[in-house]
Amino acid sequence: MLRVDVSKQLGEFSLTASFTSEGRVTGLFGDSGAGKSSLINMIAGLLRPDRGIITLDGETLDDTAARIHVPAYRRRIGYVFQDARLFPHLNVAANLDYGRRMNRLADDPAQRQRITDLLDIGHLMDRRPGKLSGGERQRVALGRALLSNPRLLLLDEPLGALDAGRKHEILPYLVRLRDEANVPMVYVSHDAAELRQLATQIVMLQRGKVTSFGGVKVLSG
Amino acid sequence: MFDLTPTEWTAIALSLRVATVATLIGTPIGVALAWLLARRNFWGKSLLDAAIHLPLVLPPVVTGYLLLLSLGRRGFLGGWLADHLGIVFAFRWTGAALACGVMSFPLLVRPIRLSIEAVDRRLEQAAETLGAAPWQVFATVTLPLALPGVLAGMVLGFAKAIGEFGATITFVSNIPGETQTISSAIYSLIQTPDGDAAALRLVIVSVLIATSALVASEWFARRATKRLHGN
Repeated sequence: MLRVDVSKQLGEFSLTASFTSEGRVTGLFGDSGAGKSSLINMIAGLLRPDRGIITLDGETLDDTAARIHVPAYRRRIGYVFQDARLFPHLNVAANLDYGRRMNRLADDPAQRQRITDLLDIGHLMDRRPGKLSGGERQRVALGRALLSNPRLLLLDEPLGALDAGRKHEILPYLVRLRDEANVPMVYVSHDAAELRQLATQIVMLQRGKVTSFGGVKVLSG
Repeated sequence: MFDLTPTEWTAIALSLRVATVATLIGTPIGVALAWLLARRNFWGKSLLDAAIHLPLVLPPVVTGYLLLLSLGRRGFLGGWLADHLGIVFAFRWTGAALACGVMSFPLLVRPIRLSIEAVDRRLEQAAETLGAAPWQVFATVTLPLALPGVLAGMVLGFAKAIGEFGATITFVSNIPGETQTISSAIYSLIQTPDGDAAALRLVIVSVLIATSALVASEWFARRATKRLHGN
């Protein structure tokens, strides 16, 4: 269970958000500039809230009153960025293995096989990110985040940089991920159709405030 | 004409040793400072930046004299180092290496700092979310991606160190076999009535060394860039 109750001043923009999510996929919905990325960066630990708390499965990740701030690398929260952010100096196999190495996890060939099959990236292993298409890059980024064995997966408009055709190529993988990977997700998007397909629960954000919260039906309201 | 005398060989070998030691010891320090300047904000940052660049703008003889005052046998640091750690710089080749290291340091740091600044911070964030602690982010993402700049800095620093003259001769004098580098050997030879031929030989040698350093750096940079972009 993820509980967020934070506020943050970013220049002229102020962000205040409070919600609790228990669903498999929490959709964070709002226009660009609504504060979605800032909010998700706070959950990841890349941005510190000015005030408030963030807890995940009962563990406090941020509590400004108690001066607690768990750094991003100790949170075990995976993050798939809109721009993939694969390491250009490493091939796909080394990118996928990165989280395991950093967390000193034992090698788990079965899990690796499962994820690469799920995402259909087995044939890309020796390639460098520079030689991948946009859709391939995003699938590798998904695999890389999953293989770091996260407790929660954050996805920040993972389809945002892709054209319509590519989107339809990736969406089925995301649905499979939701149904098979057993990792709760927070999925950021400004595309209501995308969230209708994927999310089990919606947090709607407008100009730095949560305006509604509930099932997927709040998208039509 | 091209038979080098033992004295000339000694000067060449000494120059290479001094420049190599100066570069190898300067590089880790340079990388650490470059990272601090590129990635951290702290009190006194511009002061540190100025101190690193000082040898570039001060007359070399001033830098050499400051080294002599502080690290000479009767200098406040030099005396302490000699008494407690047995390290002596004055009139030793180690002093020449120190002088060359200090003089070449700004040229070593600059390309490293620029290349670290050019590393995409979003990649460092991605590494963090995958569980990499700050030192791991540095070792596995920042440093490999900045490698062409590190190599460029090393070559530039080496080239500067091998040509250093003013600070070295002020700090450790011009003792054949101990502190007489190619530059100071040429200086001595020009002042000797029959030294022209020998001076010219050393001039050719230093042109050769400098040219190969530049060619080598170009080659390293191209290879490293290729490796990073995955061809």
